[in-house]
Amino acid sequence: MTEDHHWLHRYATFVAFCTFLLIIAGALVTGHDAGLSVPDWPTSFGTFHMPRMVGGVKFEHGHRMIAGTVGILTILLAIWIWRQDSRRWVRWVGLAAVMAVLAQAALGGITVLFYLPVAISTAHATLGQIFFCTAASLAFFTRADWNWDEPKLEDTSSPSFHLLTTITTGVILLQLILGAVYRHTNEGVIVGDWVRHSTKEAIIAPHVVGACVVTLLVGWVVSTVLMRFGKQPRLLRPALLLGGLLVAQLFLGIGSYFMKMAARSAPQPLPPVVDITTAHVTVGALILVTSLFLTYQARRFVATPKQEMKIASSPHQAIT
Amino acid sequence: MNNRKWIWLFSAVMILALGGCSKKEEPSATEAGKEAATAPPPIDPATVGEVTGKVLFEGTKPQPQRIVMDDDPACLQKHHGPVFAEDGAVNDNGTLSSVFVYVKAGAEKYTIAPPVEPVTLDQDGCMYKPHVLGIMAGQTLRIVSSDDTTHNIHPIPRNNREWNMSQPSGSPPIEQKFVRPEIMILAKCNNHAWMRAWIGVTSNLFFAVTGSDGTFTLKGLPPGDYTIEAWTATFGTQEQKVTVGAKESKTVDFVFRAS
Repeated sequence: MTEDHHWLHRYATFVAFCTFLLIIAGALVTGHDAGLSVPDWPTSFGTFHMPRMVGGVKFEHGHRMIAGTVGILTILLAIWIWRQDSRRWVRWVGLAAVMAVLAQAALGGITVLFYLPVAISTAHATLGQIFFCTAASLAFFTRADWNWDEPKLEDTSSPSFHLLTTITTGVILLQLILGAVYRHTNEGVIVGDWVRHSTKEAIIAPHVVGACVVTLLVGWVVSTVLMRFGKQPRLLRPALLLGGLLVAQLFLGIGSYFMKMAARSAPQPLPPVVDITTAHVTVGALILVTSLFLTYQARRFVATPKQEMKIASSPHQAIT
Repeated sequence: MNNRKWIWLFSAVMILALGGCSKKEEPSATEAGKEAATAPPPIDPATVGEVTGKVLFEGTKPQPQRIVMDDDPACLQKHHGPVFAEDGAVNDNGTLSSVFVYVKAGAEKYTIAPPVEPVTLDQDGCMYKPHVLGIMAGQTLRIVSSDDTTHNIHPIPRNNREWNMSQPSGSPPIEQKFVRPEIMILAKCNNHAWMRAWIGVTSNLFFAVTGSDGTFTLKGLPPGDYTIEAWTATFGTQEQKVTVGAKESKTVDFVFRAS
């Protein structure tokens, strides 16, 4: 980044953090089966006044309040970027964040008004993750040291590290979608809809397969960084973080499944089950953003085969 | 055919398709006409019999599931001790309460008008009372609240219209109808996640719900062969066939086992 907008970066980081809190709040709504505790939208019980914050209303209305705050913060961020950041593509990312947060609000409203259809609820959960990626990207892009034209490390591997990190991020997003499908289909079961027990097992299968694929890809990414780019801390740190988060996520996923099964006949969502499933959702979001960050870092610090040809012919682009 | 004609044709096809896809809430005039042409046999009150019985449980009793109402003080204040979930509860005498027993087959030939009186579902102490209830298709379900808190009532049918309405403290009763028979419809309060009611919507009045003694009586059955089903939220369903003669009282017991 050529311009130093220190406060803009700080604000963008704050917006990304608030978005992370919003994901936690959304996961708590689903975990407590509170999505329909406020039957109307955009009003709550017919007004914009604060309702009595008890039971499921506490989670659903709390989620709406945080979402509204994040929406306003995002619009302000986009305006700030538009006014202060001269890079046109960053301005467009800011605008995309506003569009995403508005679409996300609309999906949240539709899913309430249509009684949580799995497709809409899954789309709401997925767009939430994509919006978190967009907000985090704005925080990255507004860093004072953000520059795509860093000196690049050589990469002769096939597939290229660029492609590997991009595919890994895409597969992680797909895995989050599969998780959302399972979660939004499964919640009906845990609150007593015993009729759907037979279909539930079939829905978890793709998510389990997805976990195996993500584990393989993340393992590949981490081992590539350790073996080839271990001396570049800007690649090593996010790679190690990604690996650590994945290990935690696997334990959380297995724990969530068995705790949910054990609590299947419980008359209400049990706090330990809500806690572990919420942690599973939020760590999933962190994995996605970490993988996205590593993808950006790969673009910044690792050469594509095309760039290598340029590097080879240009002595000014030193390889560190 | 010019472009405008194609657009008109496409629009007409889409409107027809959408019309065909929409769920019909009321029987069509043609269906009503067919029903009128084949008049149902009348029920002779002088010949009706009944089926009585008991729903028993065998095996190890499931552990009672305690409900935690700490989230809403208005719920807590209505109770002076621990509250347990009604689904899966076994009576002290080894019978099951909250079992919906109804005539599953054999009464189709009789057309019975739904009663004018509504069936009342109360929300009291953040529990549905009754927990399991029967209602005829087309009969009014009247939902009241005795609680000093806001509830939402959200039935999740598969064959009727889904709805979700909030009912703050002191608000007037909500009145709704289910127009098609459906066994069973789960109704939930998403504000108090433990609140569940099961609604059996039937095409006749031959149903009963077992109480604390586990017994039931299906009254006013015309002579004939019937399939009786007992539905439970936790232990599944069972059915038995029975023949009821004129003025006869038959006994049918059901035995559920721990799954």
